[in-house]
Order: sequence, then C-alpha cells, then structure tokens
Amino acid sequence: MFEQNLLLALVLMPLAGSLIATTLPVNARNAEAWLAGAVMVAGLAVLAVLWPQVQDGGVLRHTVRWVPSLGLNLTFRLDGYAWLFLCMVYGIGGLVVLYARYYMSPKDPVPRFYAFLLAFAGSMAGVLISGNLIMLVVFWELTSFFSFLLIGYWHHVPQARDGARMALVVTAFGGLCLLAAMLVIGHAVGSYDLDKVLQSGAALRSHRLYPVALVLLLIGAFTKSAQFPFHFWLPNAMAAPTPVSAYLHSATMVKMGVFLLIRFSPVLGGTPLWFWLVAGTGLATMVLGAVVALFRHDLKGLLAYSTISHLGLITALAGIGSPVAIVAAIFHVVNHAVFKASLFMAAGIIDHETGTRDMRRLSGLMRLMPFTSALAIIAAAAMAGVPLLNGFISKETFFAEAVEWHNGTWLDDSMPYIATFASVFSVAYSLRFIHTVFFGPAPTDLPKTPHEPAAWMRRPVELLVLLCLLLGVVPSATVGPILNAAAVGVLGAATPDYSLSAWHGFNTPLIMSLIAMGVGVVLYALLARRLPEGPEGPPLIHHIRGARIFDRVLLLTSWKWPRVVNRLFATEGLQMQLRILVVLAFLAAAWSLWGAARLVPRLSVASFDPVFGLLWLVGSACALFAAWTAKYHRFAAQVALGGAGLATCVTYAWLSAPDLATTQLLVEIVTTVLLLLGLRWLPRRREDIASDNLLSARIRRARDLVIATFCGVGLAALSYAVMTVAPGPSIATWFLQNAYSEGGGTNVVNVILVDFRAFDTFGEITVLAIVALTVFALLRRFRPAAESVDIPEQQRVQNAADDAAEDRETGQTVRDYLYVPSTIMQWMFAPIVTLAVYLFVRGHDLPGGGFSAGVTLAIAFLVQYLATNVRQVEERLTVLPVRWIGFGLLIALACGAGSFLFGYPFLTAHAQYVDLPLIGKVPAATAMIFDTGVFATVMGATILMLIAIAHQSLRSARARERDREEARETAGTEGRRV
Amino acid sequence: MELTLSLAIGILFGSGVWLLLRPRSYQVIIGLCLMSYGVNLFIFSMGRLRTGAAPILSKYGETDPATLTDPVPQALVLTAIVISFATTALFLVVMMASRGLTGTDHVDGKERE
Repeated sequence: MFEQNLLLALVLMPLAGSLIATTLPVNARNAEAWLAGAVMVAGLAVLAVLWPQVQDGGVLRHTVRWVPSLGLNLTFRLDGYAWLFLCMVYGIGGLVVLYARYYMSPKDPVPRFYAFLLAFAGSMAGVLISGNLIMLVVFWELTSFFSFLLIGYWHHVPQARDGARMALVVTAFGGLCLLAAMLVIGHAVGSYDLDKVLQSGAALRSHRLYPVALVLLLIGAFTKSAQFPFHFWLPNAMAAPTPVSAYLHSATMVKMGVFLLIRFSPVLGGTPLWFWLVAGTGLATMVLGAVVALFRHDLKGLLAYSTISHLGLITALAGIGSPVAIVAAIFHVVNHAVFKASLFMAAGIIDHETGTRDMRRLSGLMRLMPFTSALAIIAAAAMAGVPLLNGFISKETFFAEAVEWHNGTWLDDSMPYIATFASVFSVAYSLRFIHTVFFGPAPTDLPKTPHEPAAWMRRPVELLVLLCLLLGVVPSATVGPILNAAAVGVLGAATPDYSLSAWHGFNTPLIMSLIAMGVGVVLYALLARRLPEGPEGPPLIHHIRGARIFDRVLLLTSWKWPRVVNRLFATEGLQMQLRILVVLAFLAAAWSLWGAARLVPRLSVASFDPVFGLLWLVGSACALFAAWTAKYHRFAAQVALGGAGLATCVTYAWLSAPDLATTQLLVEIVTTVLLLLGLRWLPRRREDIASDNLLSARIRRARDLVIATFCGVGLAALSYAVMTVAPGPSIATWFLQNAYSEGGGTNVVNVILVDFRAFDTFGEITVLAIVALTVFALLRRFRPAAESVDIPEQQRVQNAADDAAEDRETGQTVRDYLYVPSTIMQWMFAPIVTLAVYLFVRGHDLPGGGFSAGVTLAIAFLVQYLATNVRQVEERLTVLPVRWIGFGLLIALACGAGSFLFGYPFLTAHAQYVDLPLIGKVPAATAMIFDTGVFATVMGATILMLIAIAHQSLRSARARERDREEARETAGTEGRRV
Repeated sequence: MELTLSLAIGILFGSGVWLLLRPRSYQVIIGLCLMSYGVNLFIFSMGRLRTGAAPILSKYGETDPATLTDPVPQALVLTAIVISFATTALFLVVMMASRGLTGTDHVDGKERE
C-alpha cells in the first residue's frame, strides 16, 4: 500500500506545490525556487524508492475508487517505461528550477511562473502514469493548457500571446482527436483500461475502426510532438522564458507524442498503414526540421527546428517499429532531452548575458565566457552526433535500422539516404551554432557586455553536459538498466538483445556518419558566408510558413466563415428566432412521436361531465379572447387571462390536486398585480396603425396561426393519447406508501417537496431567489420611456377636475379613490397573515405548505401597498425582502447541512410528532425547518419583485418633483435677474 | 373528461404559441402565461385524471395507494407555478427596460420598416 500511495504522490506533490506556490509573495524568488526544487527532488526520491518494483519489468498499479456505481475509477500504473520518463520530468525539472532562479528577472512575478511549472510537472506525471485512456487524455490536455500559460508568461509581449494561442489551438485540437481515438479504441477493446488495451493488439488491428483510431491517435501525437505539418507551433512557442523552452519544449512535453507512439507501437504498429504514416511523417519532419534549422538566425529558433528534426527521428524509429528501433527510440528520447535541455539553457545564458539571441550579431564568445562556451560546444557536438557523445549511439542505431530493416517499400529503400541527408544538415547547423557564436572576432554591437553567468546558473548545464559524456562513453554502465526496464515495459517478452556501446566496428552506419560529417562540414563551409545575409529560413520555401497558413485558416474558420454563415442563416429579429424555435420544437416532437402505435387514442365520451365542459368552454373562450385582444386591449386581455387561470385552478381542485389549486389561486393574484404594474410603462396603442393591415402582416399572422394551430392540436392529441392509456408502474406508489411512515406527513405532495425531493426544491428556491435579485438589479438602472414619465392620463384627468372644482384641492379624487374597499383591505392585513401561518403549519399534513404560505404572506403586504400608497405603507411597515430571501436560503441550507452532524447525507429529514399542551399532537419534522426556508425565500422573492416594480412609479414621481423644483428655481433666478 | 381537458390544453397552448409569435412584448408575456397554464395542466394530466382522490393519507391505518392519485406530477407542477411567476416578472422587467432603452415595445427592439 505504501508504494501505491507513493504513486499518487508523484502526481499530487507537484499539484499541491503549485497551489502553495501561488500563495507566496510576488518577489519570493528564493522561497519559490526552494519549494519547486524540493518537490522535484522529492519526486526523484519517490522514483528511487519505486525503482525495485519496476526494474525487472514489473508494473505497479493503484486504483482510486471514484464513482464505483458507474465503474469510474482512477487507475494509476507505473512501469519501467513511465519511470524513465518521470525521471526526466523530475530530474530536468529540478535543474530547470535551479536555472530559472537565476534566469528570471526580479521584475517577473515568480509565483505564477513556479505555480504553472509545478502544475505542468504534475499533469505530465499524470499522463505518464495514467492507467486509464480517458484519464490520460485529461492530463494530456492539462499539459497543453499549462504549456499555453507558460508560453504566454510574459503576456505583455504580443509574440508570447500569439505563440501561446497557436500552441494551445494546435495541441488542444490534437488532444481532442486523441480523445476521439481513445473512445474508438475503448469501444473496440471494450475497456478503457490501459493494461487491457495493451494486451488486445491483434484484435485492435483487425477491427474495422482501426484506421480511424490510428489516424486520430496519430494526429494527437503529431501535434504534441510538433511533427510535420503541425510543427509550426513549436518555433513560435519560443517566446516562452528559456527555462520553459528547455523543460517543456525540448525535454518533456514535446516528448509526450513520441511517448504515446512508442507505448502504442506494439498495439497499433506493424501494419503498412502505421509504417507509411508514422515513418513517413517522421522522416519528412526530420529532413524539414534539419534543413530549416540551418537557415534560422535566432538561436532558439535553430534549437526549436533541431528539436523538431530530432523528434522526427524518434517518430521514424517508432514507425519502423522493430524491437531494436523501439529501444533506439527510447534511448534517443533520453539523449535528446539531455543535450537539448543543456543547449537551451546555454542559449538562455547567452541571451541573458549578451542581450541578444541573433546569431548574426553574436560572435567570439569563447573568449568572453569560456566555460559556458565549452559546455555549449560539447552539447552541440552531441546534437550533431559526434562519436563518444550521447547523440551518437542512438543515431547509429537509427542508421543501422534504416539499413538493415526491410519491408520492401520504396520508402524503406530510400531510408538510408534520407537519414544521411538529414544528418548532413544536422551536422551543418550544429557547426553553424558552434562557429558563429563562439568563434570568430569579438562581438561589437551587443546590448550588454557579456561575461560568465552566476556559477549556479551554469551548474545545471554542467551536470547535463557531464551526462552527455557519460552516456556517450559508458552507456551500458550508466543508462543500461534503466533503458532495459523501459524497453521491457513497452515490448515485454519481445525485448531484443542489443548492445549499448560506443564502438561497433567499422560498419555501414559508421560510414554513413562519417559521410554525413564530411558533407556537413563542406556544406557549412560553402554556406557560411551567405547564411547571415539570407532570409530567416531556407531559400525558396521560406515563403511557405506554417504559422502564416495557420493564421489564415484561423481567420477563415473563426471569423470569415462564421460571418458568412451568420449572414445566411441568422436573424437579428427575436420574433423570427422564436418562430424557428417553435417550429423546430414541434418538428422534433412530431418526429419522435411519429409511428408511436401505442399512443393511438380511443375516442371515449363516457366520462364527459357537462359542468366540467362548461367550465372549459368559458376557460377556452377566455384564452382565445386574451390572444385576440392582447395587442390593443391589454387590460381586457389580462382579465381574460385571469379567467383562464381560474378555470385552471378549478380544474386542479376538481381533479384531486388541492395543493395545486391553492398555489395556482395565490399565484394568480400576484401575477395579476404584477402585470397591472407593468401596464403603466407600456406605450399607447391605437387600432388604426396602417402597417398592421398590410398584406405582408396578414400573411405573417396567417402563418403564425397555422403554426399555433398545429402546436395546439398536437399537444391536445398527445395529452388525450396519454390520458386514455392506463398508467404503467410508477414511483408514485412508493411515495404514497412511505410519505407517512418515513416522512411523517400525510400530505404526500408536500412531503415530496420538502423531504423526498428536497434537494430539487432547494434548487428551485435558489432559482427563485436569483430571479428576484435579477429583477431588483435590473430595475435599479431603469429608465422609463419618455412618454411614460408623466403622470398617467387618468390621474391627470382627475387632477384637472379637482382644479376646476372650487371646493376640491388637487389630488383629492386620486387620494379618495376606492375609499371603502381600501379601508377594508387595510383591515385584512392580520387575517391574511393568520391565513399564511395556518397554511404553513398544516402544510405537512393538509394542503398548504411553504410555497403557498410564502405567497400568501406576500399578498398580505401587497394588499397594504394597494390599499394606500407606497409612502404611507413604508412609514408603518418595514419589509426587508432581500433579508427574507437570504435567511430563507440559509435556513434551508443549514437544515440540509444539519444532517451531516448525524452522519447522514445532505437534507436527510427526521420526523416525529410532538404533544403540545392545548394544541395536541403536532408534526415536528425537520422538513418543517426546511419548509420555513422555502416559505421565507418565496415570500421575500415575491415581495421583492413586486415592490421593486411598484417603486418605479415613486421614482418617476420624485424625478418629476425634482424637475419641477429645478424649473421653479431657474425661473426664480431668471425673474430676479430681470 | 379527458377529451375536455385535452381540448382545453390544446386551446391554451395554441393561443399561447400564437401570442408568443406576435411582435409586441406584452403579447408575448400573456402568451407565456397561457402556455404555462397549458403545459402545467399537461404535466399534471400525466398522472391521469381522478376526482376525489387527493394524495392526502389517513393518519389512522394504512391507505391503499391505488385509491389516491399520483402525487409526483403535482409536486412538479407546484414548483413550476411559482417559478413561472418569477420568470414572468423577469420578462416583464426586461420588457420595461427594453422599452425604456429602445423606445418601442417591439420584441426586436425596433419597429419593422
């Protein structure tokens, strides 16, 4: 179990470190570096402890149960192959942290840098030890994401932003393809478990979806490992700080694509399709990268293209797929990581100390910074594949495989020549790097005078270069066992016998190396003069830039095409959109119900009730009347709407739903008040608007009438069909049986709301609260239309009558309007509050409950507002609706969370009956507390919305008074002036 | 009974849809109210129609579930009624604000040319 937990720690330590890193102060450079360094060292220590488990081809597994009911588990899996990669993540990670401590300027905010770096390391570890395909993709996308953040670290620089975005778009797109690939593989194998997938190679290769899965997986791997034609993001990612380039974009992240290729080569490889796609792409990338690298003037640009070329080499090896090639590929991953990380760090030191990375300006640094120069020269020689350095052996193995391995295709036949050709350029660009930067005359126009960097900044480079030498001279003694464990991890029993040594005799690969070196030197000697004058890229083809094509594609797909589509298919008009939505909804319903034979209704009029029929004769007439008059006679439409609502209410009462009837009746009242309040702000409408009688308007109306008829008839038919079929078994029986025994209430509807499905109710009252607050917030900046600002016409008429009469003062008629009813309404306050309490208390057993009680209490307040005027009410009553909402939600939440105290899940209710003196047995379920929350929230939300709207009249009245006073004042001053 | 109610649902819903497609925001509000009546009745009717069978249990002795109507659609509709009031209010306020900003009560924010 101890080892299993260590396995988790490999992922969790960096992620936790990342969180801690964000909390440190902005200028805590040392603390951040210590933290990150400690995490990296701890990671290495964990790996050292786990080494005995994996060294003989063992696999360490750990499953964290996540959602066992869905079969979702987090599986972690460590074998020798992942161990090797993790070593690079933590080892080079540690060196990069040390290097970054000296590289980052005191002005850079370091917490962000180290937090991203650690989070990246954690995600990377996640990819490497995922034992589940989907989990692997999730971590894979996380690395893309953190790579994006790290490239864009200096986000004030436009190149950094562009490079980051490009990298994200390309690699995240690849990640999506990878997800699709994993889904296809999971579907074909029947499991997402990596172990199972690795064992079902034969079945996968013969599956009919094999080509789909392969191509998608390759897109994922190629985008990540910057293979042609997706290579262009990597040079643009060089806008990242150099430690990031050294870590992510040479040593670790870009290796993930080849990690995946090598991991899956025994499963998916060995077919002609695999060979052509993988080896072909690898070789093309290798040549392209090597050629372009020679012509780049930017140090990091050269290194980036060199990285692309070397990744191409590894991909080509994976494409060959023979066991020896796989071993060579793994070995080259290590070698490349070691020399390229040191080269990037050296390039960073040069950039740091001289202020430029342009090889046309750099020269003769050997004299100024001899140590760094010597280190960089050795690393560059390793990159060129010079014997006794670590790049040599893996390159030789590649040559050997290119010569010896055959499958009879022309690509296979030409492989030795392609390999030598790329190697020629590889030698030439390494030579250019060494010659122009370190030799020649002393530099003249550098931004800074170069000198050796801080000793600790050079240490990581020294260590890596030492590794270059050790791996090159005594490979089997240093990396032998690790490489063997990794090879066994991938190949299992098929691991070949191979010899790791610097000298294999005078054979074909050596001759190829010698030719490459000779021709490379000659090529550089010929081009040396002309290179600095040339463009940034090889002649002729430097005009074809992947990045530029990418930009153009991005512009097309994210801007131009959407605009065209928008112009063709979109409408700005809400009316049109609604029409399309309604028609689509109708079609969707019709399509899904088409041919549903069991829904053919039997026409039966046996249960016809004439009174019920009469009720709905009136109700339907009301609905139609409302539809007819809503445009020109809003008030009449509203009255008719109320009629339809009442018919609905009676229907609920009739058909055994007393709770619904109560709620519907109460909500009907508040809705009416709400709409009446809204009427005040609407424009006058006259029937003689000419455009309403135009032919086009008539056609529109006719079309909408058809749509509406179809919808109405459809829903009527559907409901009739359902109602006449006997119901199947439902959960209703369970609720009815358990409401009293489990929920302690006899009103099953209420028990469902506040006990069985309380979580849903909690969500609903939250929605209610959100809507109320939105209404409130929207109205704070409400500006009425100009024509609605004045006093309503009716009041003006009445005031004018007051003014005309001798014995009446202005506003008297308005004040005394409906005097008797308003007095009665004021008296109604206490009875309605009592009714609310009554409805609430009996809710658990009889119709009522929090919802209806809340609306009732809101009505009690509302009636006061209606009976007198706002100012008068608010002098006497203080209603704080926002607090009602807040406390209501808090009560509901606390009631739910209270069950945690007793060890039950959220919102578990407890019920019993308590004997109170005088009153008798009363229900005392904790659900009642929850219902109190519902009650307070509903009451607060209702009153908040209505009062907020009502206050608008008050606001415009105040605005009118203010305007009048201002007018009077200005008139007064002007009068005095005159 | 079933026939009457389904016709009523159809008329409520059809009137609602017709108003929903109208250009004036007040018409749309009334339409949404009518539609919510229709839809609520529709959902309610999924529990089948029964009279005198309100889902209230007796405190004394077992109640046979078969004698009571289905409480589940009722619980669904109860919250739907309250929520539909809230959305009506929200829409009304948006309508008021839109009318204040654009000077028209056309749902598109501008009069048809």
